[in-house]
Amino acid sequence: MLEIRGIEKRFGSQTALAGMNLSIREGEFVSLLGPSGCGKTTLLRIIAGLESADAGDILWKGQSLSNLPARERPFNMVFQRYALFPHLNVFENVAFGLRLKKVSELEIKSRVDEALALVDLQKLGARGSEQLSGGQQQRVALARALVNRPQVLLLDEPLSALDQQLRLRVQAELRLLQKKLGLTFILVTHDQDEAMAVSDRIAVLNHGELEQFASPQEIYDRPASAFCASFIGRANQFSGTGQKQSNGMFAFSLNGQPIQGVSQCERLSKTSEASAVQVFVRPDKIRLSEGSGGQNLISVKVVQSVFRGTHHEVFAQAGDGTMIHVASPHALSTDQKVSLSFSPEDTFIFMATEGLSQ
Amino acid sequence: MRHRLSAWLAVAARLPLAWYFLFFAGPLVLITITSLLTRGMYGGVVWQLSFLNFARLFDSLYLMIFLKSVVLATVTAVLCMLIGFPIVWAATAAPPQKRSLLLFLLSLPFFTNLVIRIYALKLFTAHDGPLAYVLTLLHIEFDPFSLSQNLPLVIFGMVTSYLPFMILPLFTAFERFDDSLIDAAHDLGANHWQTARKVLIPVLRAPLVSGFLMVFIPALGEFVIPDLLGGAKTMLIGNLITEQFLKARDWPFGAALTMFLIIIIGASVLIARRTPKDANARLVTT
Repeated sequence: MLEIRGIEKRFGSQTALAGMNLSIREGEFVSLLGPSGCGKTTLLRIIAGLESADAGDILWKGQSLSNLPARERPFNMVFQRYALFPHLNVFENVAFGLRLKKVSELEIKSRVDEALALVDLQKLGARGSEQLSGGQQQRVALARALVNRPQVLLLDEPLSALDQQLRLRVQAELRLLQKKLGLTFILVTHDQDEAMAVSDRIAVLNHGELEQFASPQEIYDRPASAFCASFIGRANQFSGTGQKQSNGMFAFSLNGQPIQGVSQCERLSKTSEASAVQVFVRPDKIRLSEGSGGQNLISVKVVQSVFRGTHHEVFAQAGDGTMIHVASPHALSTDQKVSLSFSPEDTFIFMATEGLSQ
Repeated sequence: MRHRLSAWLAVAARLPLAWYFLFFAGPLVLITITSLLTRGMYGGVVWQLSFLNFARLFDSLYLMIFLKSVVLATVTAVLCMLIGFPIVWAATAAPPQKRSLLLFLLSLPFFTNLVIRIYALKLFTAHDGPLAYVLTLLHIEFDPFSLSQNLPLVIFGMVTSYLPFMILPLFTAFERFDDSLIDAAHDLGANHWQTARKVLIPVLRAPLVSGFLMVFIPALGEFVIPDLLGGAKTMLIGNLITEQFLKARDWPFGAALTMFLIIIIGASVLIARRTPKDANARLVTT
């Protein structure tokens, strides 16, 4: 278990991390996800020992790592721009850590070959590191870290420099590799699709604080904050006034029609007064309703319908001008009048916050 | 029209080549010829082939002067490197606006003529100069004539004059240096010393070598600074050559000395530019 306890870090007047707490299980693939400047890379560097925290502690298997320099931690890192040593060839790049540990020449040879085979680069040992493609450099960086048999592998946006096609393939490869080796992987990324594709759990960070730490499915289905709802997956966003009801649900009015939703928002749950709220509904959770039955019913007029291969993306407008975005299984014609309905469980209500993105 | 222009440009491009032949290769040929002739009674040369000038080079007196010059130039280059490295390292870590200001300040000494700068230093350290005056005010016991005309002052003058030659090549290379290489070395188990030896120095080897040569080569032939700050006590190759031409009127020997200096410089460039023997270490081109 890797325990991150109350880690704080400031750069001048800028707060990078404001008391971060996370418990990562062994063998787990965890992503630290957030927009740039959210503190995710700082947290990874603190775990690696490349940066010191102002407060808090990091424990690995119950032992504090605070006084252990990076070179003595049982972790290795894959850097964003790979940081391959330009004066060394592929073999020597991978052997770098082993040579420092005074491993015998024979063992270095077999372990480096094994690591290069793991990333499918066994024939390129003699190449100069600058003669490789981006994808190959990324794999050398991976082999250079894994050859040291780290207990935790730290990955700092390792795929951001690759093109889309290659990125998807490497994501799948990374996931398979992690399962095969049974190692703990901690990946920093700003790409929510990437985090969803590879992670057991995602830690969503914003402004140096943890917004939610849960499985991709749970974050998608039950976002813990307005930030999670808007940052992960797509969502229709409405704002207005909401109030708690006796049944524990929250009431909200959209286009003059009553809407009910659930909230994970603590501040909203504590007050019984009407407050400014933000409401999120995912396009794929909205159904086209034939009759007048069902909850959270809205009548709309179709503005545009776009074919997306797996679904039709429908933009519809309610009477008060509110635009609603729906993922529909079939095409709708423009100006067609339809009723939309969505379950209160899929309607996420949060207290409105200032300075929220979007 | 366009064709004629490009023809003219081709001619213009050859002009530097003409310049090179006129002012570099030409004098080199003249010096080579002069070094193989006999000295004239009142300067100039007598057209009589002689290898005596080269034989005289191996007189221990001159060999010592050569050795002293090489040592002084090496000390100057090493000191410039030791001072320049941390300065440039800190400057390239600074934010961009601050960086250009720092670079400007570092090249500021270039704005004043070398001779004026060195003369200022000479007057500053003279037995009746400001330094002596301040030391007297502070009641510090000293020999007023020990302040100037000595080797440490020559080295000080050389280092201050040649520091920009070290800083400028390092600056461009360090700006492009990827700091995450240092992180990667630490992450893979290297301590600070190992990081410097196995990553920093090999990666920055080429700019360090060119910085070293940029200082070493002019320092080896320097004659103004040792003459003004060291007096007659510090005879170096540069001064020796100047004297042969201007005072001793022995042109052929001066030319032979010059040839020898050129050979030393050529050899030092070849040694420094040599690719490391380690097959894995490739010279980083900058």
